[in-house]
Amino acid sequence: MSRYFIDRFSRRIVFIFGMVAFLILVFIAVFILKESLPALKEVGVVNFLFGTKWYPSHDAFGILTMVAGSVITALLALVIAVPLALGCAILLAEVAPPRIRNIIRPAVELLVGIPSVVYGLVGMIVLCPVIARLSGTGSGSSILAAAIVLAIMVLPTITSISEDSLRAVPIQYKEGALALGATRWQAIHHVLLPVARSGITAAIILGTGRAIGETMAMIMVIGNSPIFPTSIFQPARTLTGNIAVEITAATGIHESTLFATGLVLLTLVMLINSAGLLAYRRRA
Amino acid sequence: MYHGMKRRLFLLPLTGLILAALVVGGCGGSPSGTLTEGGSTTVQPLTDKWGEAFEAKNPDVNVIVQGGGSSAGVKGCAQGTFDIGAASRELKSSETSDWPDLVVTHVAADGVAIVVHPTKSITDLSLEDIKNIFATGSNDTWTVINREEGSGTREVFEEKVMGGTEVSCNAEFLPSNGAVKQKVASTANAIGYISLGYVDSSVKALSVDGVTCNEANCRDGSYPVTRYLNFVTKGEPEGLTKEFIDFCLSSEGQRIAEEEGYVSIK
Repeated sequence: MSRYFIDRFSRRIVFIFGMVAFLILVFIAVFILKESLPALKEVGVVNFLFGTKWYPSHDAFGILTMVAGSVITALLALVIAVPLALGCAILLAEVAPPRIRNIIRPAVELLVGIPSVVYGLVGMIVLCPVIARLSGTGSGSSILAAAIVLAIMVLPTITSISEDSLRAVPIQYKEGALALGATRWQAIHHVLLPVARSGITAAIILGTGRAIGETMAMIMVIGNSPIFPTSIFQPARTLTGNIAVEITAATGIHESTLFATGLVLLTLVMLINSAGLLAYRRRA
Repeated sequence: MYHGMKRRLFLLPLTGLILAALVVGGCGGSPSGTLTEGGSTTVQPLTDKWGEAFEAKNPDVNVIVQGGGSSAGVKGCAQGTFDIGAASRELKSSETSDWPDLVVTHVAADGVAIVVHPTKSITDLSLEDIKNIFATGSNDTWTVINREEGSGTREVFEEKVMGGTEVSCNAEFLPSNGAVKQKVASTANAIGYISLGYVDSSVKALSVDGVTCNEANCRDGSYPVTRYLNFVTKGEPEGLTKEFIDFCLSSEGQRIAEEEGYVSIK
């Protein structure tokens, strides 16, 4: 066998593997769409998307409260996580001496490896009682508890992509600023951060995608009540939680509405991630 | 290559013969094999104990017990995921029409206890009070804990306490007896409902209309929120499945049910 043959052959194989990954995505999308159709037909797209009452045993299938629950929780998580993650990224990229960096970076990266059920457990046993005491009412299962847990979970994503973007800024930019008499903070604030902006935006958007998709930890700390929360101390339900809590028992049209919930979730996450990737490609 | 293929093809009927011999051999003498049970989280701890005792008597048997909720048990049994589906309620009409070959066997009984935090001073509520609290939902006085859609305990609670009224959507929804117990035990003003078999000192079970939720009152029916615990099978139970269910219904099996805090039916 000539090496040219091996070359051609291996390229084919790699191409096939690549196509398999793509086909899996197509297959999942088509499957979920197909399973959702009965629900979308019977309930109606508008009633399903904008209905505010979820009561499967009374044939009420509206997921607006859960769209709100997912989005509000994710946004609040970002409000908590972004300042932390940005500070962490600046520290790792610019400020910390190597010795400190070598401790903090692996620690942040290890956060990714902790299974989400462990986050949920800690949230349920430690965080919820504290929040219950703070709010003076309820059990602590709340938007706030969910957002804090999520913030910790997306922290590594946002930190590491932001750090990469800060490092990707050409060194001349920083040197130029410093040569003009800028302090280190001025250089970071007025030169590095603006140049790395699109990369940081991408980091935040990808973090949002992860936050919207999180399931297990959410079920354990958010209370799963399908209502519009009126304060951050109130429980809510996420799209992911809706599927996970009910799918084992659901049959017929109820089961189909859960697939439709998955379809909405998939669309939402795909939109967010595409926006993130777009921003990532345009980064410095 | 071709030659090897032929030889392997020749092995196929032999493998089949050996398998058939194993199956036939397994039918006589002491039972062996794997039995999968799943569904109601009310029945789960009890089936765990039954499984352990049954395995101790029959070393070649492996009983696998899973949770998921009553509806998941019925669905799983009908679809062949479980040999035995566990349900802490009777079959719904939609289930009997979808899967007409399902057979229900009562294996024990149970009360649904209304539980609050142990430091709460209240000890008794009327059925009407409970219904109002759950219909109103969480407020400054109560944090209401409900079960997920598909829970048998919830079905029984809705039927015997709520009587057609909906539990408020702002109640928390937790996916198992254990999760509700944990939440009530750690929340000062929580109220929820769990299987009598799960009640321990971490929560306080209220009496309902003056009747304490205990085994005797559930057995004679004076406690208002009781139900049978059921095993669901596809067709009449046979083979290993039947042996296991017979064991659960034996005096030893029923004694285990009582030890675990459930209500025996024999």
